[in-house]
Amino acid sequence: MAFIDKHAILEKSPTLLLVASLLVVTVGGIVEIAPLFWLENTIEEVEGVRPYSPLELTGRDIYVREGCYNCHSQMIRPMRDEVERYGHYSLAAESMYDHPFQWGSKRTGPDLARVGGRYSDAWHVDHLVDPQSVVPESIMPKYAFLMQTPIESTHTQALMETHRFVGVPYTDEQIDAARADFRAQADPDGDFDGLLERYPGAAVANFDSQPGVTEMDALIAYLQVLGTMVDFSTFTPDASR
Amino acid sequence: MSDRKKDHVTGTETTGHSWDGIEELNTPLPRWWLWTLYLTIIWGIGYTIAYPAWPMVSGATSGVLGWSTRANVATDITAHEAKNADLVTALLAADMDTLPADADLNRYAKARGGAVFRAHCSQCHGSGAAGAKGYPNLLDDDWLWGGQMADIEYTVRHGIRNEQDADARYSQMPAFGEMLSKGEVAAVVEHVVSLSNTEYDANLAGTGAEVFANNCAACHGETGTGNRDMGAPDLSDAIWLYGGDKASLTDTVVNARFGVMPAWGARLTEADVRAVAAYVHALGGGE
Repeated sequence: MAFIDKHAILEKSPTLLLVASLLVVTVGGIVEIAPLFWLENTIEEVEGVRPYSPLELTGRDIYVREGCYNCHSQMIRPMRDEVERYGHYSLAAESMYDHPFQWGSKRTGPDLARVGGRYSDAWHVDHLVDPQSVVPESIMPKYAFLMQTPIESTHTQALMETHRFVGVPYTDEQIDAARADFRAQADPDGDFDGLLERYPGAAVANFDSQPGVTEMDALIAYLQVLGTMVDFSTFTPDASR
Repeated sequence: MSDRKKDHVTGTETTGHSWDGIEELNTPLPRWWLWTLYLTIIWGIGYTIAYPAWPMVSGATSGVLGWSTRANVATDITAHEAKNADLVTALLAADMDTLPADADLNRYAKARGGAVFRAHCSQCHGSGAAGAKGYPNLLDDDWLWGGQMADIEYTVRHGIRNEQDADARYSQMPAFGEMLSKGEVAAVVEHVVSLSNTEYDANLAGTGAEVFANNCAACHGETGTGNRDMGAPDLSDAIWLYGGDKASLTDTVVNARFGVMPAWGARLTEADVRAVAAYVHALGGGE
């Protein structure tokens, strides 16, 4: 009996077949997935990438809740047309604190990986309230209700702790100051020095020009930081990647 | 299973499996199919040698062809720039003020600038450059900060009232709601309406003229024709950025406006900045 004929043993025992299939799939998984955890260049080290500030993180949750990823990607691919339209191609490090990442797979609207700083806060308000008022040919739905939805920082600390649990390096200091930072980022007249120390480059503004913090504030704070963390004037791509 | 039997009807070997006396035929796969399978396996192995593939200790194998996505995109961009290298060099060296006189170069600058405009500027200024409420129309000759080539180029490069660029154009209108009474606001609005010769209440406008002289004339000029050094709009030309009806004007006086334009100098290449300035200058209102 040739070795190849021994498959009859597996075929005749469902349990054995199941165990053997699992082994085969495990080997495939180990070969494909495990190296990503120990290869040093999986995520190249890039200066400037920081965890999201409390308000940005909240805005990110709104982005996910509203399903923005269904129409907008956050992944500039290394191709000439994309780089010329959207800016420098995305780096793995730029989404290393995203859980889950928002790369997306469909572009009904444009890519948003580098939308931060590209438009004024007022434009974002106008555009989210009524996209067609500024881009008549747009088919994006209106999100005016975000202006009317005040938002509290009740769950912000828990949210940050959850992100820390899955690997985002929030410090105790950052989590303790979460609620203060949440408000500080939407109040340009307040004291935001501590916020900027903990989250360099965070945009501080009353994004929607209304008193209090609304979902609109949080979402725009998030949009305005997208793709702005890495200074590409000092970044040298590793050619071997 | 070594006892291979043949099915008498078809002449095909059976697998030796038998259920209730029914036996399973072991029809071999077509030879061409098998060879295709073997070829794809060989191709797959060759592919992993030629291109980056196998994870090793500190990185993946880089492949004998030296293929790199990042190098490719850089090469691709350089190659396309090289096709227009003469024009790009000329554009970078050109004196922007005399650019429109150089027909060939100007044609290139406008075409390139049009592409830049549609990708980066049209979201606010409109794909036809006619603007929207709060976003200036670039087709007319009404300029907030100046309509000469150098002015437009500066605005594109540094933007307006943004925090990204220390050289951004900057001015801030005070919110007069905190300084003027409601009556004074109404009067000054009436006066501003009167400047563009539409229907107005002469009495109220007369009172407003005094309020205007004391509070607004420093930036907008005594006759309300504006001041480009401060981006103060001309109030007498009946062209309105935020609306010219009394409700909009009252809102403007009470709460002030603070239009922001991002700085594009860091986002666009030098050639793109110059090209888009040439494009906007040529839209109709360039001075």
